[in-house]
Amino acid sequence: MAQTQRAKSSPVERKLIGVADVVITAAQRRQDPTLSIPVRSLSNVTFNEHKGLIEMGKGKQARSFFNVGMAKKFMQTVLVADALCELQRSDLTTSLREIYYRTKHTIKDSHENTFDAQDESDPVIEDLEVSLEALREELHVRAENGGSVVGPLVLADDGDRVDCAKLGKGGYSVPSIVEPEYLQIRKCTADFVLLVEKGTQWNRLSEDKFWRKYNCILLTGNGQPPRGVRRLARRLHEERRLPVYVLVDNDPWGYYIYSVIKQGSINLAFESQRMAIPKAKFIGLSSADPERYGLPRNVGIKLNDKDTTRARELLNYPWFQKTGWQQEIKQMLSSGLKYELDALANKDFQYLTKKYLPRKLKEKDWLD
Amino acid sequence: MSTRGRKPEPPQASPPASRPEATVSAVEMGARQREISVSEFFTKNRHLLGFDNPRKALLTCVKEAVDNALDACEEAGILPQVVVKLEVVSNGEPPPPPSQASRFRITVTDYGPGIVRQQIPRIFAKLLYGSKFHRLRMSRGQQGIGISAAGMYGQLTTGKPVQIISRTSARTPAHYFEVQIDTKKNEPRILEKKQIHWDSHRGTQVTIEVEGRYQKGRASVDEYIEQTIITNPHVKLTYITPEGETKEYPRTYHELPPSPREIKPHPYGIELGMLLKMLQDTKSHWLSGFLASDFSRVSPRLAEEICKAAGISPRKRPRDIHGQAAETLYKVIQSTKIMAPPTNCLSPIGEKAILSGLYQQIKGEFYTAVSRPPAVYRGNPFVIEAGLAYGQGLAEAAENQEEKKIPLAEGEDQQGNHELARVIRYANRVPLLYQQSACAIFKSVLDTTWRNYGVAQSKGALPAGPMVILVHMASVWVPFTSESKEAIADYDEIRKEITLALRECGRRLGTFLKRRERAQSEYRRRNIFELYIEEVVEACNRLKGGRLPTEKLKEQLQKIAMKRTGGEKTDELLGKKGGGPEGLPHSIIITPEGIEGEVSVPIAEAPTETAPPKGTPEDEEEAARPARRVQKPQRKTTARKAGGKPEKRETRKRR
Repeated sequence: MAQTQRAKSSPVERKLIGVADVVITAAQRRQDPTLSIPVRSLSNVTFNEHKGLIEMGKGKQARSFFNVGMAKKFMQTVLVADALCELQRSDLTTSLREIYYRTKHTIKDSHENTFDAQDESDPVIEDLEVSLEALREELHVRAENGGSVVGPLVLADDGDRVDCAKLGKGGYSVPSIVEPEYLQIRKCTADFVLLVEKGTQWNRLSEDKFWRKYNCILLTGNGQPPRGVRRLARRLHEERRLPVYVLVDNDPWGYYIYSVIKQGSINLAFESQRMAIPKAKFIGLSSADPERYGLPRNVGIKLNDKDTTRARELLNYPWFQKTGWQQEIKQMLSSGLKYELDALANKDFQYLTKKYLPRKLKEKDWLD
Repeated sequence: MSTRGRKPEPPQASPPASRPEATVSAVEMGARQREISVSEFFTKNRHLLGFDNPRKALLTCVKEAVDNALDACEEAGILPQVVVKLEVVSNGEPPPPPSQASRFRITVTDYGPGIVRQQIPRIFAKLLYGSKFHRLRMSRGQQGIGISAAGMYGQLTTGKPVQIISRTSARTPAHYFEVQIDTKKNEPRILEKKQIHWDSHRGTQVTIEVEGRYQKGRASVDEYIEQTIITNPHVKLTYITPEGETKEYPRTYHELPPSPREIKPHPYGIELGMLLKMLQDTKSHWLSGFLASDFSRVSPRLAEEICKAAGISPRKRPRDIHGQAAETLYKVIQSTKIMAPPTNCLSPIGEKAILSGLYQQIKGEFYTAVSRPPAVYRGNPFVIEAGLAYGQGLAEAAENQEEKKIPLAEGEDQQGNHELARVIRYANRVPLLYQQSACAIFKSVLDTTWRNYGVAQSKGALPAGPMVILVHMASVWVPFTSESKEAIADYDEIRKEITLALRECGRRLGTFLKRRERAQSEYRRRNIFELYIEEVVEACNRLKGGRLPTEKLKEQLQKIAMKRTGGEKTDELLGKKGGGPEGLPHSIIITPEGIEGEVSVPIAEAPTETAPPKGTPEDEEEAARPARRVQKPQRKTTARKAGGKPEKRETRKRR
């Protein structure tokens, strides 16, 4: 564990205590205790074209104690701050769910619970993250280990040496906190990072030892990549100067996954600084691929109403305004079809490893 | 027939060769054709009369006997008093428990007018015999099938005759009869007839032994009796269950419903065939006289007009009108503007009586009742009445409060109350227990948007909540979907009236719920701050490492809370916002402090108007009348003891 954590009170701890100070100061001044929390929605983010990042705007909402609509939320925020502070002091990490259980109790002399379900406590944690400008990792809250890595990469985790080239097809399970204090990159000889949306396709590539032939690191997040995977990709990109290629399904959700990796998410825009990889490239599956690679029309799936709506939304996002992207999304809408990565197996089980990716890399056929 | 129909050749053509050999000649066929007696028909089709299964059959028998008893008492102007007794019959063996038994003896006794000796056999053992079919007057029975069908069912399943004791006055002797029905001839067969000694001075007692099944719950005899009491609070009823338990339902409304008058048919309500028959049967010598005297709402002048429009002389003999002329006459009548039929033939229950019935039988916190003005379908006048009881009742609410002390787990609900509303349906004061979903009442309840009134309702379902919805249709002729009288047919005019009545109930419920909500939210507002202050202060204390003067912080925050929520003023406001039926006509609200609204308590009351509301809007009527708020004495005292603020309440009421 890092030495800074041992200090008497960490900056994060001081920030958390600040929440209590808000209440005490307001009470002394006979004012309504109010926390100001940055708004986490599309209306309050801007796209910094220069940096290629989504940045949080200045919009804030006031959360007051003596307002019937907000009183419970306010109380919950103070309770979560207390629990997070407890983590800091005892130097433990925990999960979102454990925070929920830790802070849940029935209020004295009533039948009311502080929290009824986890979906009440999760947003409060995010609120504190953004208002205190503390990363979730800094708050000692971890997510599930949701991703895998394999390739010519040597890591040090809790003092153990992990050689990601010698872990079979299963690879190394990426922890949710990969900050340098917890995980160090010892050696990396790869030429690029390939981030795959789906675990099944990652398995295909790992089984075929794609990484050995093309000297790359294979990463997957099983869907929307968790913070650990995104942060590891970012570190490899930043510290080892590796280009990052993203391989996702050809559907609006795939596009969005790519955009979160590249520019950051709307919900936690303030973390883009540390998570986003503005130079990441979209390697596939592109709307032009079915034609170019001769995928039959019958392996496509009809876009449903939700898909169409989502695709139209994407068209309006400032970070999808490049001509290439407008074309890409419009082509999907006009064809009315989406394709899964798995559909490539229609041609051959190893089509992805042996034909599709080699040709993509050779032709440098990707979108920025 | 069908083979011939397909061939267009003239009938002389030789029959086709493929015609089957074994045929029956017209003579043989003719020999087989004979009259079917109604009794035989219903023996085979007993489901049409409500005897489809043993459980329902038991209910139908009780229902028919009770309906007859009540009709007789009311017509004779006697406040009905009825005893219903169910016994398990076992032939020598030890009697099985009622839930296992398959044979029952039903005895229904009333202390009504009794029946004259000569009529007894035919009333109880001849189908389609009675006084109610031919007249247009509101009564429970309509066709004269009920009780004799019950007797026939008993005869069919147990072989036992119907036993009747009847006495018309103290001066005449009581007669005892045992009768059966001759199903071929539809005529009574008297097995036994004698004079006996009977304790009661007048009245009738019917005993039928039937095969049946006794099971409590939905559509049971017990439910029937409970629902009957709700809409007939003027009845004193004693029910002796098969288990031997005696349930007494005292009279809570000491006034007979006004006796409905008999009316003549309204011209809009008849069909051509009916008109032809009436033309033949009439005693009038002239057409104009026939029209004016045999129909309601046709004046001599209007009769002349109709004749003129139809191009038929008013002096023509009615018997000579047939064919084209009759059809023209019919069409002219239908297109002539005729006043709606008179409505004094109806005797609605009345809002007060419905409220009283609901209040006595159903636990709740809010009651309301609506009587619609009379309307007409197919020339038949009718009145729709609706009632609504909402809430769990105070005892249950208090019990739930107790349970809430247990900490709730995830996914558990504070209310835990997702039951759907219960719909109870009545036609001419008789509860309808079967075929709910085929009934116009049920459909109207589903179609009403209860969400507008603050009640949850999923699509195509009943509203959710602790709620009982009562709808009553009173009419000279209730259009049932079948002879077993289980569901009301779906006429647009009827649907419209039901919907209007339900909406009015809903609006009042919505007002009540909103008021209660407002009062509670004020309370909650102050309460939640007090609750949360504790939590916040303790969390702050922990954040500050336990070095916080917690009491001081708590005090400071409480002061701010008081200032923000209006402090002591809110208390007053709360007291005043307790709700109460101001602006809610014909409603009762029950709060822990007492009952507000008009409650007809079970004591004899001075006669008050129970006639349907005239033209005046209900609100004005309510305002004009000095508000009479009766409180149940025992509740009042407990409320005072419990530390309510009676003085305050009194002043509020006087205001």
